[in-house]
Amino acid sequence: MSHLKPVPDPKPAPASDQQPSIEELERYATVLRMHCVSMLAVAKSGHLDSSLSAADIVTALYFRVLRHDPRNPNWPERDRFVLSKGHAAPIQYAALAEHGYFPVEDLQGLRSIGSHLQGHPDMNRTPGIEVSTGSLGQGLSMSVGICLALRLDGLSDTVQTFAVLSDGDCQEGETWEAAMSAAHYEIPNITAIVDYNHLQTDGTTEEVMDTGDVRAKFEAFGWDSVEIDGHDMSAVVEALERSRTLGRPSAIVCQTKKGRGVSFMEGRFGFHGKPPSPEQAEQAMEELEATKRAQDEALGKR
Amino acid sequence: MAPATAEPKTEPIATRQAYGDALVALGEAHEEVVALDADLAVSTQSMKFGKAFPDRFFNVGAAEANMMSISCGLAATGKVPYASTFAIFASSRSYDQVRLGIAHNELKVRIGASHGGVSLGEDGASHQMIEDIALMRAMPKMQVIVPADYNQAYTATHESFEREGPIYMRFGRPSTPIVYDEIAETLGDGVDVLRQGKDISIFACGHMVWRALDAAQKLEREDGIEAEVVNVAIIKPLASKAVLESLAKTGVAVTAEEHRVTGGLGDAIRQVAAEQHPVPVFALGMGDEFGVSGTAEACMEHFGLTSTGIIDLVREAMVKKPLVQHPPIRGSSLD
Ligand SMILES: Cc1ncc(C[n+]2csc(CCOP(=O)(O)OP(=O)(O)O)c2C)c(N)n1
Ligand SMILES: [Mg+2]
Repeated sequence: MSHLKPVPDPKPAPASDQQPSIEELERYATVLRMHCVSMLAVAKSGHLDSSLSAADIVTALYFRVLRHDPRNPNWPERDRFVLSKGHAAPIQYAALAEHGYFPVEDLQGLRSIGSHLQGHPDMNRTPGIEVSTGSLGQGLSMSVGICLALRLDGLSDTVQTFAVLSDGDCQEGETWEAAMSAAHYEIPNITAIVDYNHLQTDGTTEEVMDTGDVRAKFEAFGWDSVEIDGHDMSAVVEALERSRTLGRPSAIVCQTKKGRGVSFMEGRFGFHGKPPSPEQAEQAMEELEATKRAQDEALGKR
Repeated sequence: MAPATAEPKTEPIATRQAYGDALVALGEAHEEVVALDADLAVSTQSMKFGKAFPDRFFNVGAAEANMMSISCGLAATGKVPYASTFAIFASSRSYDQVRLGIAHNELKVRIGASHGGVSLGEDGASHQMIEDIALMRAMPKMQVIVPADYNQAYTATHESFEREGPIYMRFGRPSTPIVYDEIAETLGDGVDVLRQGKDISIFACGHMVWRALDAAQKLEREDGIEAEVVNVAIIKPLASKAVLESLAKTGVAVTAEEHRVTGGLGDAIRQVAAEQHPVPVFALGMGDEFGVSGTAEACMEHFGLTSTGIIDLVREAMVKKPLVQHPPIRGSSLD
């Protein structure tokens, strides 16, 4: 795959004055959600509700907060993104494709033999993936490792590492080992974003294994820790941007809804790991298209 | 022993279903049976037990290491835990907890490891466990069982209550054809000759057993090769006597597994052959590689884990067979 080859000369990061507005970000989030629905409908496999849950967080990162250069995925001074909840790979793939890390058509190959888009992110196959994930609980530790290396390279002040975690991640003990180590090593440039949608594979987190006050837990581990509405785009952007100014480990607990943006899935148990049926995909697409039309109109009027 | 009362299946069905069904039967028969899962209870089928016996079911969430050490505590306090999750998390994710807490203590914990191998499919390399047999074979005291179909998986689960010591049982995700007509009371020594043959032995386990039978039929039809098909359901402790009997008869073998050859069934058979009856053993399985995303069947094909793969290897083995001098079997080996 030719596009896997690193570009030889680093290009500068995209100019910051072209930053999209909150309304534009909301529209991008809808576009990414639509990609997820169509990818999963073709693949007939994958985690749709998990991807939709994280769509606003991932959009805020890729379209506004992250300093990255799609033409040069290996630019040493890029911010790092780690999807600890690797099963939500479709939402990251959609963001990467929209930025031109690889052709948008590649999305249709998701989860099939010969495609570089594996069921879970694979750093050796897909440009823009920093580390392979898929086994819950490992992403925050990997992020700590990235930050320690950045410190050795003198890049702690310039580069931020953002890790997106799920409820399941927070149930794995390793996440708390990572939290302890980030505080111990006084890592200034790590942001943990928890996609706290209160649903896991077998039920609600409250039924299966209650993760409780995740914000307070991170705080107890020595992190700056805030809790926000994970679908409020301006709150998400603000919290993410604030986190990189703190100079200490930062947790953003996002209250979210699984399946966000598709009415029959939103906040409902029973969709985890199940691809949409053709009818469900059609209905989801219709709803998202309506959302996007309204967003387009609002943007056009301004 | 309580008889396995379930109806045998005739249509293709996943082995993990048998685990869930037999667990419920065990729960009814024995109060000390408890079950655990790590947020995959619908996938592993332990949810059937959870629904029937909510008080004796513990879903610990995505926390496999915790689950294994909790199982240790339960077993040390007189319960018989069945701990279930995907094979990848049941073996590599929590190896040390299984090793010290369960195997070292020789506790009666049963690990129900579902979604073994690449036929897990689309989730890809991060979820496809292809070295669990090796890991668990290497662990002292751990017994390793890989049933071939639903009916044998039911027997394995049901009978596991009667066996001593820790057991790792590997089940599969996709529906697979039925090999055994009956649900037997016991696995016996765990090595069954399913088809007699004089030319070559095919040792297979799990999802490769029905494919081996399919391959043997075609080999007879197309090449006139009479292949003996041996299902090795208990890989550890391996009934080497039964293995040697087949090797002595045919003088050459092929092994087939949905797993790395290194440390897997292939190596287990080679070990017996090398020490006690050195004949060539050709192994079909995963090489030094990880899995990939694809449908179950596409993944099996991608790695050559098909009846065609077995046929090709058998043909190659038959060409090389005459070149090998057969040493006499030492009398003691087959005693
Ligand atoms: C270590 C580990 N155990 C189990 C799994 C299987 N698994 C995949 S997603 C998931 C839980 C999904 O719920 P959650 O973590 O809350 O993620 P969400 O999709 O809700 O964001 C589980 C148990 C895994 N990927 N890794
Ligand atoms: Mg969740």
